[in-house]
Amino acid sequence: MSGHMNLTLKVWRQKNENDRGGFITYKATDISPDMSFLEMLDVVNESLVKRGEDPIYFDHDCREGICGMCSLYINGRPHGPKRAITTCQLHMRSFSDGETITIEPWRSAAFPVIKDLATNRAAFERIQQAGGFVSVGTGGVPDANEIPIPKVIADEAFNSATCIGCGACVAACKNASAMLFVSAKISQLALLPQGQQERYQRAQAMVAQMDEEGFGNCTNTGACEAECPKEISLTNIARMNREFFSAKFFKEEEIR
Amino acid sequence: MELNAKIPEGPLASKWSKHKFNLKLVNPANKRKYTILVVGTGLAGSSAAASLAELGYNVKTFCFQDSPRRAHSIAAQGGINAAKNYRNDGDSVHRLFYDTIKGGDYRAREANVHRLAEVSVNIIDQCVAQGVPFAREYGGLLDNRSFGGSQVSRTFYARGQTGQQLLLGAYSALNRQINEGAVQSYTRHEMLDVVVVDGKAQGIVTRDLVTGKIESHAGHAVLLCTGGYGNVFYLSTNAMGCNVTAAWKAHKRGAFFGNPCYTQIHPTCIPVTGDHQSKLTLMSESLRNDGRVWAPRTPELAQRLRKGEIKVEDLKEEDRDYFLERKYPAFGNLVPRDVASRNAKEAVDEGRGVGGSGIAVFLDFADAIKRLGEDAVRAKYGNLFDMYYQITDENPYKHPMRIYPAVHYTMGGLWVDYNLQTTVPGLYALGEANFSDHGANRLGASALMQGLADGYFVIPATVGDYLATIGPKPVDANHPAFAETTKAVKERIDKLLSLKGNKTVDEYHRELGLIMWEYCGMARTAEGLAKAKGLISALRADFWKNAIVLGTNDEMNQSLEKAGRVADFLELGELMVDDALNRSESCGGHFRVESQTEEGEALRDDENFAYVAAWEYKGDNVAEALHKEALVFENIKLAQRSYK
Repeated sequence: MSGHMNLTLKVWRQKNENDRGGFITYKATDISPDMSFLEMLDVVNESLVKRGEDPIYFDHDCREGICGMCSLYINGRPHGPKRAITTCQLHMRSFSDGETITIEPWRSAAFPVIKDLATNRAAFERIQQAGGFVSVGTGGVPDANEIPIPKVIADEAFNSATCIGCGACVAACKNASAMLFVSAKISQLALLPQGQQERYQRAQAMVAQMDEEGFGNCTNTGACEAECPKEISLTNIARMNREFFSAKFFKEEEIR
Repeated sequence: MELNAKIPEGPLASKWSKHKFNLKLVNPANKRKYTILVVGTGLAGSSAAASLAELGYNVKTFCFQDSPRRAHSIAAQGGINAAKNYRNDGDSVHRLFYDTIKGGDYRAREANVHRLAEVSVNIIDQCVAQGVPFAREYGGLLDNRSFGGSQVSRTFYARGQTGQQLLLGAYSALNRQINEGAVQSYTRHEMLDVVVVDGKAQGIVTRDLVTGKIESHAGHAVLLCTGGYGNVFYLSTNAMGCNVTAAWKAHKRGAFFGNPCYTQIHPTCIPVTGDHQSKLTLMSESLRNDGRVWAPRTPELAQRLRKGEIKVEDLKEEDRDYFLERKYPAFGNLVPRDVASRNAKEAVDEGRGVGGSGIAVFLDFADAIKRLGEDAVRAKYGNLFDMYYQITDENPYKHPMRIYPAVHYTMGGLWVDYNLQTTVPGLYALGEANFSDHGANRLGASALMQGLADGYFVIPATVGDYLATIGPKPVDANHPAFAETTKAVKERIDKLLSLKGNKTVDEYHRELGLIMWEYCGMARTAEGLAKAKGLISALRADFWKNAIVLGTNDEMNQSLEKAGRVADFLELGELMVDDALNRSESCGGHFRVESQTEEGEALRDDENFAYVAAWEYKGDNVAEALHKEALVFENIKLAQRSYK
C-alpha cells in the first residue's frame, strides 16, 4: 500500500568522521502519509540498495519514542516540526506533497558525525559515568516503603527522569550546551531522598565532565526546552545551577 | 547428552537459600583475577554487570546500541511484579509463584519460578534505593496496580515507562562501576561468535560497528543477556535492532535451544497500516483494566463500518460484542495475553474486524470516561493515549482505539540449568535470552522481574561457583581457538559481502516474517507447519544466492549488519517450526488447532508434553536433535486453565 506523496530530500552524506561530507538530493516517491519519517527513509534506502548505492545511515532502534537513539535535524529543527516527539514518532502527514525536506545530523563539536546522519554521543555517557548515580550496591538496601517520598516530589523527580538522552537539547542550542540533559539527571537525584548523600559531589563532577567535553554554556534562550521530545523543563537548569553553586560556595557540612 | 537442570533437593521454599549456601565462593582477593564478558545491556545485562563488578570481578559489557541505556528493556511500559503484599490483598511469594506457573500453562520449572517470586521483593527495594521514581500515593508510599490477569495488586509501575526507569536505574549502577574502572563498556559492538576452548566458553568475537574491526575478547565466563528473537516475525514490538545472532551463534557452538516455538503475541498493539510498516507499537496491557474489548456483532455490521456507511457511534449496545466479557465472565477483559489475543484473531477471522484493513478490534474507553471522567483517564493512561493519537491521527478520547495482537516476547530461548548456565560450561543466558521462567506464556509485568532477578540476584551467586571451580588462572587468549573463531567470523562476513543479487535483505526478512506469522503465529497446524518448513528452507537457499549486500567490512555498513542477522533468523525460523510441529498439544502462546477443547479453548496434553524441548545443533542442514527435560510438579496440581 503505497501513498501519493512525492518529496525532495536534501540529505547530509558523510562517509566517516574524517570525510568533509555534503548534501545529496534524493527523490522520495509514493510516500504514504501514514508512514513514520523513518519508514519514509526506509523506503528511500530500499531503492538505493536496489540500485547498488550505499543506503543513508541513520540511528534508530525502538521506533516508539523511548530509546533516544533516533536523532535527525529536520528542516532546521531537532526531531522535526512537531513538538514533544522524537523523529520515529513523526509521521509524513506532518509534511505536504511536493515539499523539500532538509535532513542533517545533530550539529555540535561534542557530537562528531561518524557516518551520514549518525553522531557519536559518547560525551553523554561520560557525563553520566562521572556522577549520575546513587552509590548503593546490590543487596543490603532498606525495604522500599521505608523511604517515603511525598507524591509531588516523586512526580517532579519523575518529570526529570523521563529524559531519553537523545541530544536534541544540544542540537537545538546555539551554544551547543548540554545543560538541559545534565540538569535533568542532577535534578532527579537532588529531589529524591536517595540522592541527598552525594548531591553536591554529583553536581560538581557532572558539570566538570560536561565542561571537559566541550559543550557550550547556557544563555537561557530556551530552545532546548522547546525542542525536547520529553518536555524536560528549564527549571532543571536553575536547579542544577543552585546545586552547583551551593557546592562551590559552602563546605559540605554547612549545607546539609 | 543427559540434561541436568541441577535443581536443588529439599522443600521448594528453601531450595534457593540452601543452594546459595552450597555454592562455592570465590576468595575476595581472587575476584579481580577473573574477567566476565556480559553481552547485552538491558535489564539483565546491566544489572548483572554492575552487581558482578561490585563484587570485585573485572567486567566487560557489549551492546550494539550507542549506549547501554538504549537496550530494548527501555520500552517496557506496564510494570514489574513483586510479592510485597503492600495492598493487604492476600499476595505472597507462594501466590506469585502459583500465578506464574499457572499463567505459563504449567510449562515452567517449579524451582526457578519460586526463586523468581522470592527475589522479586528484593528487586523493588534495590530499584528504590537507586532512585527509580516509582508511582507513589499521597502518603508517600509506593502505589500498585493489578495487571495482566492477576487477582491481586502486585505490580509496581512508573507511569507507562517502567522499563525505562528500571533500566536507567541499572544503567546508573553500571555507570558507577565504569567510573570506578571495574567495567569496560563497549558500545556499537556486536557479538558474532563464542570462543569455546576445551568445551568451555572462554571468549567472544565482536565486530566494531563503526570501524568494522573484528576482535576477540577473552574471559572466564560469558553471559548472554541479549533479549528475545521476536523479530524473526519481521513485524513485532521489538526494536529494529533486536536479533537472535548472539544466542544463535551460542546455539551453534553447543548451547541447546529451549522451547523455540513459545512466542507471546500481545493483544493490545496498534494495527498495521501498510506494507511500509517497519515495526508494531504495543500499548500497555494496563489499558485493559479500564478499556473494554469488542467487535461488531455480525460480519455485515463490521463491513458497513469498514466501508464508512455507518460510524462506530451508530452501533447500538446490542450490536457490540464484548467478546472477552461474554466468554470469560470471571476475568473479562483481564484474561491472560494468549487468551485475549486468540479471541481477537477469532473475531477478525469471522469477518468482524474493523479499521481500513479489517484486521483490528476495538478497545473502548467510553465507559471509563463516563465513570471516572476524562481527566482521571488521562492521568492514568495519558502517555499511551497520546502515543496512539500520534501514530493513528485518531483521538482515543473521542473514538474507541483499534487494536490487534502482535508478536511481543519470546518465552523460548537458550536452555539453562538452575544456575542459568547453558549446556556449554561457562556460557550463561539471562533474561529473555533464556527459556526458563515463563513456561509457555508470560504474564504481564513478569519480564522486567525476571531480567532483574537474573542479573541482580541469581547470577552473582551462581557464576561464582563455576569460577571457583575452574580457578583464577588467566584465560589464554593465544589459544588457537581464538584465531580459528575469528577467522570463521571473517569468512562468513566475506561470504555475505559477496552476495550481489537482486533482492534486498529486508525483502527476505519480510517474507520470512509473513511465513512465520501465517504458519507459526497465533494458531498452528501440522499441515501449515510442514509447509512453512519447506518455504523457509527454500527462502534461505535463495537468500544465499540472490540477496544484495553492499559495501565492505571496514566501514559502518548497515547492509552487512542486517544481512548477518536475517541469515540467522532464517535458520532459527526453521527450528521454531520443527519445535511447533513436535509439540502437538496446545499450551500458552502455542496454540495447535488439532488440540482444543469442545469450547475451542487450548487443550494441553500433560501426559505427553510436560517437558522442555531442548534442541541440539548437529550441523548445517542436518535435523537438530531433541532432548527432553521432564517437568516435575511436586507443589502444584496441574489443571486445565480456565478463566471463565
